[in-house]
Amino acid sequence: MTVPVSITVNGQRYDREVEPRLLLVHFLREVIGSTGTKVGCDTSQCGACTVLLDGISLKSCTALAVQADGAEVTTIEGLAAGEALHPLQDAFWEKHGLQCGFCTPGMIMASHELLRVTPDPSDAQIRHGLEGNLCRCTGYQNIVRAVRQAAGTTAGQR
Amino acid sequence: MYAPDFAYYRADSVAEIGRLLRKHPGAKLLAGGHSLIPLLKLRLAAPPALIDIGRIGELKGISVADGRLRIGALTTHAQIAASSEVAAHAPALAAAAGVIGDPAVRNRGTIGGNVAHADPASDLPTVLLALGASFAVATDDGERAIPAGGFFQDMMTTALGEHDIVTAVDVPTAPEGQGQAYEKFSHPASRYAVIGAAAAVGLTGGKVGRVVVTLGGLVPAAIRAGSVEQALSGQAPSADAIADAAAAVSNDLGPDLIGDIYASAEYRRAMAPVCVKRALTAALKRASSVAEAPAARSPWWKPSWL
Repeated sequence: MTVPVSITVNGQRYDREVEPRLLLVHFLREVIGSTGTKVGCDTSQCGACTVLLDGISLKSCTALAVQADGAEVTTIEGLAAGEALHPLQDAFWEKHGLQCGFCTPGMIMASHELLRVTPDPSDAQIRHGLEGNLCRCTGYQNIVRAVRQAAGTTAGQR
Repeated sequence: MYAPDFAYYRADSVAEIGRLLRKHPGAKLLAGGHSLIPLLKLRLAAPPALIDIGRIGELKGISVADGRLRIGALTTHAQIAASSEVAAHAPALAAAAGVIGDPAVRNRGTIGGNVAHADPASDLPTVLLALGASFAVATDDGERAIPAGGFFQDMMTTALGEHDIVTAVDVPTAPEGQGQAYEKFSHPASRYAVIGAAAAVGLTGGKVGRVVVTLGGLVPAAIRAGSVEQALSGQAPSADAIADAAAAVSNDLGPDLIGDIYASAEYRRAMAPVCVKRALTAALKRASSVAEAPAARSPWWKPSWL
C-alpha cells in the first residue's frame, strides 16, 4: 500500500507516493534528499532529527510522513535567508556551540522552539528547553551561551 | 528502524473511527504516535492497519463546566501544561504534563493516547488516579465513563474493549483548600518516570483531612498508596508525620516491582518513600498556603458548587 502525500518543506511543495510506515525523517533525507536533518538515536531521545511541523517542533524519527500530509515542515536548511544566517545559526557559530556538529541541526531547531515559547529564557529555562537534545561534544555550556545570545532577537519568529 | 508494513486509514470523526475499527480487526489508533510509533519501530507491535485520528477537531481542547475539567483525547501534553484552566483546577496534572519527555515530545503526545497505551513508566496515569479522573469512552453501543481506578489494570493493559475509543478525560476540579503535587524521579535520557508520586491533600482545622496518594513508574499499573493515606489522615502535618506516613508505602507496593539496568527493583523500593514524602510535603505546603490566605484568591477560583 502506498499513500499520496503533499508535504511542503522549506517552502517547496513535494507530492509523493509513500509507504505508510515511512518516517518523516526518511521522507526528508531519502525521498527528497534533504540531509541536514540527522538520525541519531532513532528512539526519540537524542533530538538530532528535530524539525518544525507547522512551526512547532517535533522529533521526525517519531512521526510518519503521512502524518505530515498537507503540513509545512521547516528543517535546518530552511532557516537561513539566502546567504544571511538565521540569528540562531549566527549565535552557534559565534559562541562555538558545536564541535562535531552532528547534533547541531536538531539543537538549533529545538532552540527555535524554545525561543518561540520563551522569547527571553533564563539559563535554567534554556537547559530545560533543550533537555530533549543530546550533545556528546560541547558539555552544553557554549550551546546555552549561543541560545542566550540569540534570545532577544527575532530568532523564535523567523 | 523501520516499522513492519501496515495499511493506513484516516478518520475524520469519532463515528468513522468506530466504522474503521469494525472493518479492520486488529487495527490500532494513531493519535500523536509517540507511544505507538516506537512500538512499531521496535517491532513489539505489528498491527495490520493504523487508523489516523490525529486530525479530528472534536477530540481536541480543554473546557471547564459542572465541577470538572474536560480534556479532549487529542489534547497534547504541551497544551495541558500551558493551560491556565488546568493550572487552576488540576495543578498536579499541569505539573505532570510539563515533565513528560521533552518539549518536542510534549508537542505531539496526547492525553488520550497516553492513557490508552498505559505505559507503567508514564506520568499521567499516576496523577489522573490521584485526582479521581474518569475517561469518556465511545463504544459500539454509545458512550460510557470508566473511572481511572478501574481503567489501568496491568502493564499496558486497560479496561478498554476492542472497539472502544477514549474521547475525553474528565478531571474533577480541585476542591477549595486542596493541595496537589506530582513528584517525578526521571530517567535521565528517556525522561520516563523511574518513580512518580502524586498527592492530593486537604487540611481541616490544621489536621490532614482527605488525602489521596498514588504511585507509578515502579509498579505495572498506577496504584493508590492506601497505607500512606491511612497513616497520615487526621494527623497534624509535621515533617515527622509525613516521613512516617511515607515510609508506610512499602506495604502498598506489592510483589511485582519493575527493575531495569538503570534502576533495580530494590533501589526503586528504597526510593519510593522519598518520592512520596516530597509529593506530600509539596501538596501540604500548597494546602496550607490556600488555607491561610483565602483573600489572595482570584475571583475565578471559586468552587463549582457555590
